[in-house]
Amino acid sequence: MNLAVNNTSLFFAAMLVLVALGISLWQKLGLDKDIIVGVVRAIVQLFTVGYLLKYIFRVDNVWLTLAMMGFIIFNAAWNAKKRGAGIANAFPIALLAIFISTGVTLGVLILSGAIRLIPSQIIPISGMIASNSMVAIGLAFRSLNSQFHDQRQGVLERLALGSDLLDASIAIVREAIRTGMAPTIDSAKTVGLVSLPGMMSGLIFAGVDPVHAIKYQIMVTFMLLSATSLGSIIACYLAYRSFYNAQKQLK
Amino acid sequence: MQAIMTLKQVNYQAENKHILHDINWAIPVGAQVTLTGPSGSGKSTLLRIMAAMISKTSGELVFDGQPIESYDPVLYRRQVSYCFQQPTLFGETVADNVTFPYRIRKQPVDHDHILAALEYVGLGEQTLTQPIVDLSGGERQRVALIRNILFLPRILLLDEVTAGLDEQNREIIHRWLRHLNVDRGVTTIMITHDAQEIAAASTLAKVVAGRLEVQA
Ligand SMILES: Nc1ncnc2c1ncn2[C@@H]1O[C@H](COP(=O)(O)OP(=O)(O)OP(=O)(O)O)[C@@H](O)[C@H]1O
Ligand SMILES: [Mg+2]
Repeated sequence: MNLAVNNTSLFFAAMLVLVALGISLWQKLGLDKDIIVGVVRAIVQLFTVGYLLKYIFRVDNVWLTLAMMGFIIFNAAWNAKKRGAGIANAFPIALLAIFISTGVTLGVLILSGAIRLIPSQIIPISGMIASNSMVAIGLAFRSLNSQFHDQRQGVLERLALGSDLLDASIAIVREAIRTGMAPTIDSAKTVGLVSLPGMMSGLIFAGVDPVHAIKYQIMVTFMLLSATSLGSIIACYLAYRSFYNAQKQLK
Repeated sequence: MQAIMTLKQVNYQAENKHILHDINWAIPVGAQVTLTGPSGSGKSTLLRIMAAMISKTSGELVFDGQPIESYDPVLYRRQVSYCFQQPTLFGETVADNVTFPYRIRKQPVDHDHILAALEYVGLGEQTLTQPIVDLSGGERQRVALIRNILFLPRILLLDEVTAGLDEQNREIIHRWLRHLNVDRGVTTIMITHDAQEIAAASTLAKVVAGRLEVQA
């Protein structure tokens, strides 16, 4: 393999950070502190994860692998929740949605034989699925919040006509699901034309035949569509009720 | 006299603001009430409480012999139907609006019934496919009202539905409301600021600073 990055080369590559830092100082962007904190966090987190994954892959224990997946899903849900300010139970909803979307997608990949049941495949793929599901749910939550605010009068009128909560919310729910899925669909359309995404870039980097690498990318495209659609639909159908009170009135 | 709705000592407070004070009101079956009072006195708030769109802070509200709390809010609102002050239409076309009552009841759309209702208020079949953004204020108001009465409610609560309309549009709506009240037995309560409508009232009620005064 032609993988040449080492501590020395990283040290020199750190000059790239100085470029960003220099621009921030020069243009008085006030981002210098954020850049330094961001870089230090990235280094610490990635080194930790690197050693942790190395350990997990070597031990190759089912429970340890599951624990790591649980940790990823928990963190993803926690981050999605932050976009859902004002939505009651945003965290458990996001947790369930990410858990199911990750579980189902991963299950299909394993059953189809696309990935193998070993920690070094399961864990990175779980991370990709969960993080995309997380972004989709975060977008969907934000869309629910803004639509229930902007379309308040329309919702009230549907309720006044004797609509149940789902019928009063369905247009909003559908739009929020669409919003959650949109980035995945958009990037599926441009994949390979604009960006060479991480999965295939990584494989090509590691010396894998591009024709083989793109097959993994096709798999990734499939799995992200499934993850974001499942994540969005579950989250939206569980979350819309929290905009109403027990008397079925809009809060 | 049998009351279809009775309010006893109803109060409403929002954010430390006391909006309605000790409302006592027995509304007879089949009444046609005109409700008036200064702007900001609490008329819309009162109707929204009666429509279960908001909940009273204290007191009792009895509809058809049962306290409001004993009803499922969704089924209740089909019996006590509220038409908003300045309603918005939803979807794209008039059809999206007038088929909504059927959709929420999971019933097949009764095209003839819709056409009859449209015709009664001077709108033709071609209105159905009209985009809602193209409707005039008077047409919009009539379409909004049709949504409330395709399935007849027991009580119809109308919040300034004739405000801003010309004489002709007003007359169309008045005639229709009279028909619903007299021929179909719907109890109607209509909020208005209009001097003519107040003068023509059979039962006049007034909300002043959150208190109700009813005159026969
Ligand atoms: N949720 C609320 N929070 C705080 N104040 C409210 C709330 N709802 C209504 N109010 C206030 O209560 C008062 C009565 O409002 P309401 O809409 O019932 O008046 P109205 O009699 O219908 O007036 P208009 O004739 O102008 O329509 C107003 O001062 C209004 O600002
Ligand atoms: Mg009002």
